Amino acid sequence: MKINVRLFARLREQLGDSVQCECPEGATVAALTDQLASRGDNWAQLKSQEILCAVNQQQVSGEHRLADNDEVAFFPPVTGG
Amino acid sequence: MMKSPFSPRSQADSRVISVQKEDFDVAALYQALQQNPSSGAVVTFTGLVRDLNLGTAVNALFIEHYPGMTERALSDIVEQAKQRWPINDVAVVHRVGRLEVNQQIVFVGVNSAHRQAAFDACEFIMDYLKTSAPFWKKELSDQGEQWLEQRESDRVASKRWS
Repeated sequence: MKINVRLFARLREQLGDSVQCECPEGATVAALTDQLASRGDNWAQLKSQEILCAVNQQQVSGEHRLADNDEVAFFPPVTGG
Repeated sequence: MMKSPFSPRSQADSRVISVQKEDFDVAALYQALQQNPSSGAVVTFTGLVRDLNLGTAVNALFIEHYPGMTERALSDIVEQAKQRWPINDVAVVHRVGRLEVNQQIVFVGVNSAHRQAAFDACEFIMDYLKTSAPFWKKELSDQGEQWLEQRESDRVASKRWS
């Protein structure tokens, strides 16, 4: 299935705005994170405890199961206000 | 250019949520919050760009957000505040893009029958916004550019409401 990955703040600067991924059916966020982290270099930081993840604009944990065409965003802790 | 997203209201209990590049007019936002006849109190907060952060002289900030999710997160926060306190109208405005020192970043305004609910709800919305709405600040100084880290004090401030 096709997953649209989006990146924000320092992750966006280091890794790019977005990337398309192909994931096996029923893959979890944790599996997608592993897949992206295996690209090496700066991608490994996606596995850091502090990095947050949202699927279709709702924050989720690693066990969340992905569906075809999901939008998955990775970002550092927020600092607005 | 000043922009007030708070349009005249025809019904009670309105909510304004705006993420925008343009500056906002606090007087106009306040006046809209003042119009509710069942409100005896209006509490507002305005956040500004400060010239010094953790010892670094700051020239400007750049604020990034996640369009769509940001508005949704702000709506959720306002909804939680409405469920916890007897408040009437709420306005939340947050700017994005490059902001110079002393410029306005964020506005939260709440009205209610009595002041305590408005004070508490305003503080709750700011505390939750800081820890759960997807905005990121980058500091621009003579030393270069630096993304800000989330502060422990902000996490503590947010947790005290749970």
